[in-house]
Amino acid sequence: MTNTEVLIHELVEKHGKTRNALMPVLQGVVAREKFLSEEAMIAVARELDLSAADVYGTASFYTFLDTKPRGKNILRVCKTISCHMQGKDAIIRAIEDHLMVKVGETTHDKKFTLLTANCLGWCHKGPVLLINDEVFPSMTPEKAIEIIEDFSKKTN
Amino acid sequence: MVNLKINNTPIQVEEGTTILEAAKRLNFRIPTLCNHPDLTVAGNCRVCVVEVKGARLLAASCATPVSEGMEVNTNSEKVRIARKHILELLLSEHNADCTKCFKNGHCELQELASEYRFGDHIFIDLVKAKDKIRDISSPSISKDASKCIRCQRCVRTCAELQSVCALAVANKGDHQVITTFMNKPLNDVVCTNCGQCINRCPTGALYERNYIEDVWHAIYDPNKFVVVETAPATRVALGEDLGLDPGMRVTGRMVSALRKMGFNKVLDTDFTADLTIMEEGTELLTRLKKALVDKDETVKLPMMTSCSPGWVKFQEHMYPGLLDNLSTCKSPQQMFGALAKTYYADKINIKAENMVVVSIMPCTAKKFECNRSEMRDSGFKDVDYVLTTRELAMMIKQAGIEFEKLEDGNYDSILGQSTGAAVIFGTTGGVMEAALRTAYEIITGNEVPFTNLNIKPVRGMEGVKEASIKIKNTKPDWNFLEGVELNVAVAHGLANAKLLMDAVNSGKANYHFIEVMGCPGGCIGGGGQPIPTSAEIRKRRAEAIYAEDMGKPIRKSHENPEVTEVYNEYLSHPLGHKSHELLHTHYKVRNRY
Amino acid sequence: MEQKQLKKIDIIFGWDDKCTPIQVVEKTIKKTPENIILDMIDSGLKGRGGAGFPTGLKWKFCRNEDSDTKYVICNADEGEPGTFKDREILDRVPEKIFAGMTICGFVIGAREGYMYVRGEYNFMLKALDKKIELFNKQLRDLKVDFQIYLRSGSGAYVCGEESALFESMEGKRGEPRNKPPYPTVAGYNNKPTVINNVETLVYTSEICRMGPEQFKALGTKDSRGSKVFSVSGDTPIAGIYELELGMPLKDFVEEFGDGDTKAIQVGGASGHCVPRKKFNDTIIGFEGIPTGGSMMIFNSSRSMYNVLHDYLEFFTEESCGQCTPCRIGCQQLLKGIEAVKKGERPPTYLDDLKRLTSTMKIAAKCGLGQSVANPFTSIVDNFREEIIY
Ligand SMILES: Cc1cc2nc3c(=O)[nH]c(=O)nc-3n(C[C@H](O)[C@H](O)[C@H](O)COP(=O)(O)O)c2cc1C
Ligand code: SF4
Ligand code: SF4
Ligand code: SF4
Ligand code: SF4
Ligand code: FES
Ligand code: FES
Repeated sequence: MTNTEVLIHELVEKHGKTRNALMPVLQGVVAREKFLSEEAMIAVARELDLSAADVYGTASFYTFLDTKPRGKNILRVCKTISCHMQGKDAIIRAIEDHLMVKVGETTHDKKFTLLTANCLGWCHKGPVLLINDEVFPSMTPEKAIEIIEDFSKKTN
Repeated sequence: MVNLKINNTPIQVEEGTTILEAAKRLNFRIPTLCNHPDLTVAGNCRVCVVEVKGARLLAASCATPVSEGMEVNTNSEKVRIARKHILELLLSEHNADCTKCFKNGHCELQELASEYRFGDHIFIDLVKAKDKIRDISSPSISKDASKCIRCQRCVRTCAELQSVCALAVANKGDHQVITTFMNKPLNDVVCTNCGQCINRCPTGALYERNYIEDVWHAIYDPNKFVVVETAPATRVALGEDLGLDPGMRVTGRMVSALRKMGFNKVLDTDFTADLTIMEEGTELLTRLKKALVDKDETVKLPMMTSCSPGWVKFQEHMYPGLLDNLSTCKSPQQMFGALAKTYYADKINIKAENMVVVSIMPCTAKKFECNRSEMRDSGFKDVDYVLTTRELAMMIKQAGIEFEKLEDGNYDSILGQSTGAAVIFGTTGGVMEAALRTAYEIITGNEVPFTNLNIKPVRGMEGVKEASIKIKNTKPDWNFLEGVELNVAVAHGLANAKLLMDAVNSGKANYHFIEVMGCPGGCIGGGGQPIPTSAEIRKRRAEAIYAEDMGKPIRKSHENPEVTEVYNEYLSHPLGHKSHELLHTHYKVRNRY
Repeated sequence: MEQKQLKKIDIIFGWDDKCTPIQVVEKTIKKTPENIILDMIDSGLKGRGGAGFPTGLKWKFCRNEDSDTKYVICNADEGEPGTFKDREILDRVPEKIFAGMTICGFVIGAREGYMYVRGEYNFMLKALDKKIELFNKQLRDLKVDFQIYLRSGSGAYVCGEESALFESMEGKRGEPRNKPPYPTVAGYNNKPTVINNVETLVYTSEICRMGPEQFKALGTKDSRGSKVFSVSGDTPIAGIYELELGMPLKDFVEEFGDGDTKAIQVGGASGHCVPRKKFNDTIIGFEGIPTGGSMMIFNSSRSMYNVLHDYLEFFTEESCGQCTPCRIGCQQLLKGIEAVKKGERPPTYLDDLKRLTSTMKIAAKCGLGQSVANPFTSIVDNFREEIIY
């Protein structure tokens, strides 16, 4: 068994072999691997006795259950109105320039993927940056770069 | 009972009835798109909305049960405007090039749009360029995303009726699509090519890969000798696409039409259906003997039929552990092709390489089947082209043949004669019934103990049917079967097949013989049959099949004189050396994922 | 003009050491379920998740269903742009939510409660999980047959819609279901289910703690009690405030605006935009403009075209995509205002689009598609010039 298959097997042991377990299992995979590879979706389908298409169809409904390869850290800049008014464009531009990627892309060293998100629930403290599960409110371009640099150092 | 009023007309219906059904009973037609009688309710297209007095929202009539005192208006101003908006929205997302569309004239969306005759489109065209690239990877099924209205009928079909789930809805919002696992080509996924999704797709988004031009080309080619074979279920459905009512038997007219179209010989798959019974019946008895007398553990029981290529591919993907249970018999279509290009070509003095075998099928999976690498035992591609019943209807129209006015024609001989047992292959339970008629007689010398040979327990539209027949008064060769209760089961539609296979795998079932047809109702409900389909339509086709059987002078496969002739002249005996070479095959394990 | 301070309420975040949430449970389950329902109905509490359904009635309907298995679900999917109060509640007083869920479970006869927290709040899951574990243990110690479990979303706004949330919990795409049947009859796993918003559940436990009278004394006839507002946009004091329902919008603007307020979006992207000229006669509450709590303030430097564009983009992406009016309608509205802005379509095209929203409002399958008309018409009607030029 590959590492992914072992992980999925454990997740299924924990959450059960029913369809109701699908979300927690997929979330568990994404928590470790950042996205759902073909291999992972097939393994989940097999464990839960679902069709692979069904797993893919379900996963692709959810923004956080990515089915495209992603970097080790996922940056999501809130693009909804409050953050828009508070300058999310400048944040995105700064990150794009700094990492030399466009929104939707992953850096060459696979450390970062830059994405946008809809309202993250911190509108009073925009603009907001979500890195993996961590929230960074009241961003300025400088602060954002600083934080990203920190992450870069922590990631190998 | 619930009392309500629809368009001011009172009506009383059972609790749980939907507004749509209640309106139908009063002959008020409400347009629908996502709703289909064979499927669960989705309620997503919204064209069926109606106004319910006192409600803030319009109600989707297909998804809303009636309630006491309800007052429904199916054509109020609000309803009309909403319906028009919804249709216009659908069209704005739709690549409406009807004149070039394979479903032109058979399309529910087109029909609805024609009722409204939209002049100027107010909305912006949203068709994405990438959606215009069709998926023609599969030899059976074509998919054109630019024609898809996201009604999800295909997804529900593939899941609910077929348990395959090759199709799924992916993404959300404006990116929502109907697709396969990771958007792979249909030919690379678990799709069985059954075509049931095509039968229920209201638009031209799903349709068969068609080979009409190739067949015309072959017919026009003076160097080609084109032989056509027709499957049992085509003769009770073809008429539907040519202006006749469901359940009309058009065997003779179909033969005449084929002859007029220019086929050199018009022959019958029913002949090889009879041949199949000889081979498969013998195979069953041999397996029983090996298992019961010789105690040979390698012999797998229950034996399962193999004449439905959708079912065969399903088994290869889903239950590879049960592949040895499948009969090694090819489907009648492929037996025909293999015999045509060997025995028959010799007999009529035609070089096999100059022969083109075209088969008319109720089925899309057979298009895939004829392309399998195993299906070249004549040294050539045994069957060159498979056309659906629908394609044949189109060709008849193209040829300018007035079908209704045709005289009945007769099949050519040899490979043209058949029995009632062969005809009933076209409906669920038919192969089982035909096999039992022959096997019982081989074992006992007597006819099966059912009135008029009609084995009622295996007939009808129940998803899984079971029967047992006690074998009595065996002939000496078969006395090991004396007193044995022969247990058989019949399933149609792959979801039912799955139930049966799970029962077999769990060891709970002790059947000797199982018939499975991939499509609901068997071939009469095949993926290549005229659209629309419903339980009612399938029932009428099945009735026509049994009527055809009753009308045949010979109703047992082993009594088909042409079959006897072919054994005498060529094959010698069932499961003989030549049979093995030409009429039997093997299966391969495919990935479920 | 006389400056009037809005009364600040402290029910949601207040803490009563003498009657902690678990003690509220202990005390409340000594009453009969019927009496608890009567208290809820008497309090006038309506759902705080947006739809405003009377909570007491919802519990009663579910209690009346005959079923061995029932569920309580706390809707913590808070996805409405401009709303962030549930996060704060989850963070600061989750025990009060647990208490509300437990009481609800006692009333309707459920043994399991689920909390569905949006994926954007994953960072708090660990802490929540610990607190739930502790609370569950306290429940077991009290011999209360009810346990709470945590589930999380994965980034889909529509999963806040109750039936989509059930689908999601069942491992499916978050596509809203047909109604009827309603959740109290067939919800999660098709069993009778009460689903309530985070804030609603806190109020239920608070009503049990302090009695319905205190709650009912706040607000107006149609909008009893208070509510937590998420204030953002052009305001010097963005944040979370618990205020009495039924307040005039004018008072709100005076207190929270920056002096240059041009419009307020009440109720998030799916809510209504109120222009300055209507501040005076707009009431915040079920008799006026109901809200899930989002108050987004725009001053005169803001382009209302951008605001509408953002909202429409949001709906276009977050629509589940299953039904025609919403999936295609949202795209047409978005593309439509872009075309008008660029001059590719005449200004009168906005009227065609408004007619389209009237259809979406009554023909879409769920609240998402139905409510797109709210921001669209209220912004187009009041700021037509900004959309066109
Ligand atoms: C698109 C959509 C999103 C919703 N999102 C939420 C949400 O995030 N939180 C919530 O409590 N209710 C949300 N609702 C309302 C719920 O469907 C439901 O009415 C509510 O959870 C009931 O709880 P209440 O009675 O306590 O308000 C949403 C509704 C719709 C149509
Ligand atoms: S699917 Fe129907 S409406 Fe669309 S192009 Fe084909 S015939 Fe026309
Ligand atoms: S042809 Fe059959 S198996 Fe293939 S997608 Fe259609 S319904 Fe599913
Ligand atoms: S392919 Fe056909 S059946 Fe499937 S969703 Fe599209 S239009 Fe409907
Ligand atoms: S209104 Fe929108 S979100 Fe709701 S069911 Fe329809 S498409 Fe889905
Ligand atoms: S708008 Fe960015 S967090 Fe709400
Ligand atoms: S037919 Fe009723 S919603 Fe589609």
